[in-house]
Amino acid sequence: MSAAVSTQLLDVISGAILLTAVLTLWRRDLAAIIRLLAIQGVFIAGLALLLGVTERSGELCLAALAVAVLKAGVLPAILRRVLADSGEVRETAPLVNVTASLLAAAVLTLLAYVLSGPLVALAPSAATRALPVGIAVVLLGFFMLVTRRRALSQVIGFLLLDNGITTTAFLATSGVPLVVELGVSLDVLLVVIVLQIVAARMRMAFGSTDLDGLSELRD
Amino acid sequence: MTASETAVAVAAAGIQVALIVVGAPYLAGLMRQVRARMEGRAGAGVGQPMRDLRKLFRKEATRPEGTSVVFAAAPLIMLASAVFLAAVIPFVSTIAAVGGVSDLFAVVAILLLGTVSLALAGLDTGTAFGGIGASREVTIVALVEPTILLAIFALSVRVGSSNLTDIVAGTLASPSQVLSPASLLAAVAFAVVIVAEAGRLPVDNPSTHLELTMIHEAMVLEYSGRDLAMVELAASMRLALLLGLGVNLFAPWGVATSLAPLALLLGIVMLIVKVALVGVALAVIEVFMAKLRLFRVPELLAGSLLFALLAVAASYFLA
Repeated sequence: MSAAVSTQLLDVISGAILLTAVLTLWRRDLAAIIRLLAIQGVFIAGLALLLGVTERSGELCLAALAVAVLKAGVLPAILRRVLADSGEVRETAPLVNVTASLLAAAVLTLLAYVLSGPLVALAPSAATRALPVGIAVVLLGFFMLVTRRRALSQVIGFLLLDNGITTTAFLATSGVPLVVELGVSLDVLLVVIVLQIVAARMRMAFGSTDLDGLSELRD
Repeated sequence: MTASETAVAVAAAGIQVALIVVGAPYLAGLMRQVRARMEGRAGAGVGQPMRDLRKLFRKEATRPEGTSVVFAAAPLIMLASAVFLAAVIPFVSTIAAVGGVSDLFAVVAILLLGTVSLALAGLDTGTAFGGIGASREVTIVALVEPTILLAIFALSVRVGSSNLTDIVAGTLASPSQVLSPASLLAAVAFAVVIVAEAGRLPVDNPSTHLELTMIHEAMVLEYSGRDLAMVELAASMRLALLLGLGVNLFAPWGVATSLAPLALLLGIVMLIVKVALVGVALAVIEVFMAKLRLFRVPELLAGSLLFALLAVAASYFLA
């Protein structure tokens, strides 16, 4: 693969990762958001695979496989099960309405660009120049985490955050050691499973996963 | 440019204007016919908008009592701005007779001029519907105009010029740029903008007269005869202009880069084919869509503004 083609592919994949992150903020339908998250997982795996091919590193290709299985397969499947159990179809009342959160997303993306400017200047290459994408996804994940009310939406925000961290790691270091990647992935998997159980308990106790219900004391 | 070349360029601009003025009603007719067929109706035929226009142009225009020159001038300003844009936007050839004017900011400003004049005319009638339409239109325009600017601006970064002719020529010179994230994001933003600016579903329904939903129709309720014909013609021309601008910015294949007659002919044919295809695609998508609630429209437009902004950001940090 020539350098120009791989750079262009890298740009398109980074653009797609950013796009899916923004679209998760736009949609209200939780099933659609989970689908977007799975698509984003595919793109992140594609990013790892592309870097693995250009660097000729078998380890990275394995990491890409692990990312694909976890982020595009297992995690969305767990979320879908939670969604099917909960009977909540949409994020009804986010703390910040959709229009405002889209505008906030624009500001966060620009902020990511400003923040990563000095980092990119350290070692400019095609991969590091895409670094703002990773940081923007981290910020968007944070934003989703703090502005959504439903437990499931917050889990999605957390996964978006994790996707951003993975993307940043791949772009900045051109390949995380497989052991580190596996460790992080297992952590995330564990967190999601724990959150699934917590959400299920919440629903049993309160009948919904609206986290505002937790602020009042009960017997 | 020698005198003969200038003459050919002017002729090309003239052809462009004639093409848009005559073609726009047929484009509207084609889109209506596609919708009708897909909904299982026979449809009025592709030429129906043109026949309507001919009939209206022969009729005298009546104006409501108490309206001022704003009401009378609006159709003229709208039509004149559309004709002017038809001449300056590089549709057929990248060598334009009035190349310096086809600057992005000038084009958007002139597009806005038509919108604003119609909104003012809607207010000028003093009727409730005119006011509603104008206020809705201005709400939408406030989000649409910056989006158009940003979306095209993302494309202009790589060329280093905000002149539309240069952008089209630059994309023609290196077609692989079409697949860059900046231009993909800008394309999505621009598609939403076309839909909103031309008053199509899901933002506005061009074939309804329900006061709850209408935007464009509410502003033109008081127009009749010749004035109505001008407004309708200008509205369909704006749709054709935006579609043409969209296809030429994101898929400029076939646009002539020289003034050779064969290249110009190819440019004309490709323009007609591409705009017709995009128009049919838009009509097909519309069949499967419902009108968005008015309060959800700013959400859609904020989304497209965000896409445009991301496109600009991406054109800086990716490639």
